[in-house]
Amino acid sequence: MKTIEEINEKIKNGTAVVVTAEEMIGIVEEMGTKKAAQKVDVVTTGTFSPMCSSGAFINFGHSSPPIRMTRVWLNDVMAYAGIAAVDAYIGATELSESQGMAYGGAHVMEDFISGKDIRLYAESYGTDCYPRKSITTTINRDNVNQAFMFNPRNCYQNYYAGTNSTNKTIYTYMGTLLPNFGNVTYCTSGQLSPLLNDPEYRTIGIGTRVFLGGAQGYVAYQGTQHDPGQERMPNGTPVGGAGTLALIGDMKKMSARFVRAAIYEKYGVTLFVGVGIPIPVLDEDMAAKTSVSDKDIFTYIVDKSGATSFSQLVSYHELRSGNVVINGKKVPTAPLSSMKVAREIADILKQQILKGEFLISEPAELLPKTGERLNKLDVRGD
Amino acid sequence: MIDINTIKVSLTFPPSKVTFPLMTKLVRVFELEVNILHADVRLNKTGKLIVELTGETHNIDDALKYIEEMGITCHIFNGTLTWDEEKCVHCGACTSVCPSRALTIGEPDYTLSFDKEKCLVCGLCVKACPLNVMCLAQRE
Ligand code: SF4
Ligand code: SF4
Repeated sequence: MKTIEEINEKIKNGTAVVVTAEEMIGIVEEMGTKKAAQKVDVVTTGTFSPMCSSGAFINFGHSSPPIRMTRVWLNDVMAYAGIAAVDAYIGATELSESQGMAYGGAHVMEDFISGKDIRLYAESYGTDCYPRKSITTTINRDNVNQAFMFNPRNCYQNYYAGTNSTNKTIYTYMGTLLPNFGNVTYCTSGQLSPLLNDPEYRTIGIGTRVFLGGAQGYVAYQGTQHDPGQERMPNGTPVGGAGTLALIGDMKKMSARFVRAAIYEKYGVTLFVGVGIPIPVLDEDMAAKTSVSDKDIFTYIVDKSGATSFSQLVSYHELRSGNVVINGKKVPTAPLSSMKVAREIADILKQQILKGEFLISEPAELLPKTGERLNKLDVRGD
Repeated sequence: MIDINTIKVSLTFPPSKVTFPLMTKLVRVFELEVNILHADVRLNKTGKLIVELTGETHNIDDALKYIEEMGITCHIFNGTLTWDEEKCVHCGACTSVCPSRALTIGEPDYTLSFDKEKCLVCGLCVKACPLNVMCLAQRE
């Protein structure tokens, strides 16, 4: 019906119709999928959630005499240096060696994006061509060569909600879970979430231009643990974790409003990452898919203590109502993912497209739509 | 001059005292205004009440003595919770632990709302907030 090229022409002419995924729900309700597909060109999505599998490659530049860094610390947080001389990868969840859980890789990334100076200490065994054995200096956004965020797994398509069956409070990456099914936490932006609006990956693929942390970034590949074979509803949305994205983007251009370090009590450090993905409404099917609402998206509530195999199907509409009923008891629910910032992202992306600053890209390759389910790690030895 | 004061207290009742009509006494005998903020009371179990008491200072002092004499443990909250709204990302994680619903989030705009009146100053949200934007300060 419409091609991406045609949509981009409209964007350049300033005639494209762009709406957010939440606005699309009402539009399709009102005029049906057929007319909505004719009217709307692009639907924007957004999410702002803790995404542990995030990090950044940084190239520090060469000193004189040069060093082939073998071990690197940024503000006392170890970065992986087993690559070329002055390249390193700082992972979001790595903890500070001096401050423990109070500071980590995610904080280094946020500080870097905020333009702060970061202390670099590196060691080496010294070689004929790289004689220096250690270096202490400061780096920042302006004095490093490249700094690109490369997140192996972002934008989980859907995620199980968490609860706790035991009689003790547990501290998890799903937040603080109170005893005896005392609360339920959940962590997606539901009807606004990127991969829930393109559940069968018809338009989002390798090379798709995205909003990443306030800058323009790209889908680099399917994310780790991409699991398209997950159980699905008739509308195509998966029930629980399924598709994931590996994202890449220039960290020098990002904004700390959309990249925030976080600490989960007794669990550790992670990074809130803001992502927005535009979805071209190519045809009636995409109009239907992008009009998905929280009433039609489901997940399981699972016992994060691991003590029971408790699992209960719920819709995001129920989760968002503030309460769900578990074993006949009303249990309060709480989000962990910021709907407020997710909406802000979807809206910024919409404005950027309307102004012609952000074009839609044709993926170089689509994401796998089928595949083996995930492997388990065997334990062999102690 | 009448000296009116308001305090927030947590009362822990031993199982044998759970049915004791303390609130009525506080109102009738000590002429206090009682506002129950949180209640967790079950028959034959240790009970917990969090209440706000308003009244003349000498009446409040007498009431606190009376409560102790009745074998009910009383703890006065004298801290205050501060929320650094600028740094808050409105994720909602703190709302999952707040026992009094002082913290809530939802439609229309998913902005965290903090109702100071309902806050028990329990500090649970301080640790549950991943952004570290809640802080408990002791009142002088
Ligand atoms: S947990 Fe912290 S950041 Fe999240 S809404 Fe509450 S106060 Fe704001
Ligand atoms: S201290 Fe925090 S968790 Fe406790 S009642 Fe007040 S707002 Fe709620």
